[in-house]
Amino acid sequence: MSDAVIRIRDLTRDYVMGAETVRALRGVSMDIDPNEYVAIMGPSGSGKSTLMNLIGCLDTPSSGEYWLNGQEVSRLSDNRLATVRNKEIGFVFQTFNLLARATALHNVELPLVYAGVPASERRGRAVRALEAVGLADRMQHRPNELSGGQRQRVAIARALVNQPSILLADEPTGNLDSTTSEEIMRLFGELHDSGQTVIMVTHEPDIAAFAGRVIVLRDGQVASDRLNREQAA
Amino acid sequence: MRLLEAVRMALRTIRTQKLKSFFSLIGVLIGVTFLIAVVSIVQGMNRYMEERFANGLIGVNSFEVRRMPAIETGNVTADTWREWLRRPRVNYREANFLKERVKTPAIWARVCWERELDVVVGNLRGRVEIQAADNEFFRIKGYRLASGRTFTPQESQTGASVVVIGDLVRETFFPNLDPVGRELSIAGIPYRIVGVVEQQGSLFGISLDRFVIAPFNAPVRREACAQNVIHELWAGTDSPDQMQRAAREAEEYMRIARGLRPGQENNFYVQTAEGALGTWDKISRILFLALPGLVGISLVVGGIVIMNIMLMAVSERTREIGIRKALGARRRDILAQFVVEAATLSTAGAAFGILTGFGLAYAVQAFSPLPAAVAPWSIGLAVFLGVSVGVVAGVYPASRASRLDPIVALRAE
Repeated sequence: MSDAVIRIRDLTRDYVMGAETVRALRGVSMDIDPNEYVAIMGPSGSGKSTLMNLIGCLDTPSSGEYWLNGQEVSRLSDNRLATVRNKEIGFVFQTFNLLARATALHNVELPLVYAGVPASERRGRAVRALEAVGLADRMQHRPNELSGGQRQRVAIARALVNQPSILLADEPTGNLDSTTSEEIMRLFGELHDSGQTVIMVTHEPDIAAFAGRVIVLRDGQVASDRLNREQAA
Repeated sequence: MRLLEAVRMALRTIRTQKLKSFFSLIGVLIGVTFLIAVVSIVQGMNRYMEERFANGLIGVNSFEVRRMPAIETGNVTADTWREWLRRPRVNYREANFLKERVKTPAIWARVCWERELDVVVGNLRGRVEIQAADNEFFRIKGYRLASGRTFTPQESQTGASVVVIGDLVRETFFPNLDPVGRELSIAGIPYRIVGVVEQQGSLFGISLDRFVIAPFNAPVRREACAQNVIHELWAGTDSPDQMQRAAREAEEYMRIARGLRPGQENNFYVQTAEGALGTWDKISRILFLALPGLVGISLVVGGIVIMNIMLMAVSERTREIGIRKALGARRRDILAQFVVEAATLSTAGAAFGILTGFGLAYAVQAFSPLPAAVAPWSIGLAVFLGVSVGVVAGVYPASRASRLDPIVALRAE
C-alpha cells in the first residue's frame, strides 16, 4: 500500500457561494498504484472536476489527506504546489491549452523552463518528447498550424517532458473526432504499456473502456470502483 | 526562472505584437527623447558659449574695462539702459592710472571703435568695423598675422596712417591679391596696409574678420571716440588666475580713480568671459530646471500607458497564466514574467528615445552652428529611467496576474 502513487483518504471539498456551502466532494478515498490506467467518470455535478483539480494539485481539499508519490500534498503552500505540479503531474486538457503564440517546441519546453532546466538541455528533451508522439516534423509550427489531433499530441509531449508520476487527462478526446480520438487513445495505451500511470476524467463510456479501472463518482462520493471487464479479461 | 529567461520570453511576446507594443512605449520614447535632446542641445550650447562666444570674444586671460557690459543677452530694462548711457566713458587719465597701479602683470591697450564705417579701395566701397588700438591689442586678442606685421613703436607713437586688416576685409577688397603695401581710405584719408590677421571664423553666423585696426593715435580715432575718452581698456594676462586678480585690482583702482565711496555702485563695468556667460548660465539653468518636469510628465504618462497595456495583457492572457501555473509556474515566475515584460517594453522605448534624441540633437547640429554634445550621463539616466518606469508600471498588473487562481484562469476564454 505504501508504494501507491496516489493515496486519498476522506477527501472533502466545500465551496462557499454566498450564504450557501456547496459540498462538491463528501469524503472520497482511493489508492492508485504505479502504472495503473484509471478512468474517473460521473455525470456533471458529481464532483469529478473537483477531484481532478485536487489530484492535479491545482486546488487544496477542505479536509482529508492526499499523498502523492509518498508526499502529503493537501496542506502545501501555493508555491510548493506549483513545484509539485511541475515535477509530478502532466496535464492533458480537453481544449489542449497550448500557448497560441508559441511553437510546438516552445510549448513543450515550458515545464522545463519552470523546472529550471538549462536552455541547452531543454531543447534536446523537448525534441525527444515531440519525436515520441510522432511530431518530429511539426516542431516549429504554432498551434493554429496544427490539426486537433496534432495539438493534443503536443500537449501530451508537454505533459510527459518532465517525466511526471502521473499523466492527468481531462476529457482528452472531448474536442476531437472519433478517428483522432482513437489515435490519442492508442497513444495513451502505448504510454501505459511503457509504464506510465494514467488518470483520465471522462464522461464517455467508450473512452473509459480503454482504461483498466473505472471509478464512478456520484454526488461527491465514489459510487463504484471496479476493474474493467474487457481489460481484465 | 532566471532573468535572462524572462527577458527572452518578454521579447518573444513583444515581437508577436509589434504595433501594439510600439504604441505602448511611445510615452517613454517621447520622455527619453526630450531628455537626450534637451540635455545635448543645452550642453552643446554651453560648450559653444564657452569656447566660441565668451572665450572667442573676450578670451580666458583677458578682460576689458568699459562703461557698460559689452554683451547683454538677457533682458535689460529701459531704466538700466538709461543709467548705463549716463555713465562717463573711460578716459585717458583713468586708463593710465590703471596701467600704473595694477600690480598683477598685465599688458594694456586702449581701444576706440566704430562698428560701421565706409572703406574705399579704388572703386570698391564697403562698411567695416574700424578700431583704433594700442599695439598691445594684437597680443591681448591673440591675433596672429597671416602676412605683414603689426605697428612699429614709432607708428603707434605718431599715429601713422597704417592699418592691419581682417581676413574678410582682405577677401572683399583684395581678392587674390596680397594687400600688404596697398592702400585703402577711410573718411577720405588714405591708409597703408601693413598686415593681415589670420582668419577668426564666425560666431552665430556673423563673421569675426570684418575689421580694420589702426594705431590708437591714427586720425581715424576721431571718427570713433570723442576727445580724451575711449570705448574700452583691454588688459591681457598670462593665465585665468592672473586675469581674475588683475580684474579685481582694476575694479578697485577704477573706483579710486572715479572717487566712488564705499556702498556706491560702480559706474563702469569690468567685462570678463565669465561675466558674458552669466545670462546664458541663467537660461541653461532654467532649462535644466524645467527638464525634470518635462521628462517626468512624459515618463509618468508613459508609465501609466504601460501599466494599462499590462493590465489589458493580464486579462487577455488569463488563460495563458492558468496554463503556465498548471505547468508549474510559481507566483514569482508569473510576477517576474510580467514585470520583465513591462520593463523590457519601457526599456525598448527608452532605447528608441535615445536614438531619436540623438537624431534631434544632430539635426540641430546640422542646421545650426551649435554643436551637439550628447552627455554620457544622460544616456545612463535614460536607460535607468526606462527600466524603472517599466518595473514600477509592471508591478501592479504582474501581482494581479501572479495571484490568479489557476483553476479560474484555465477556464477563462
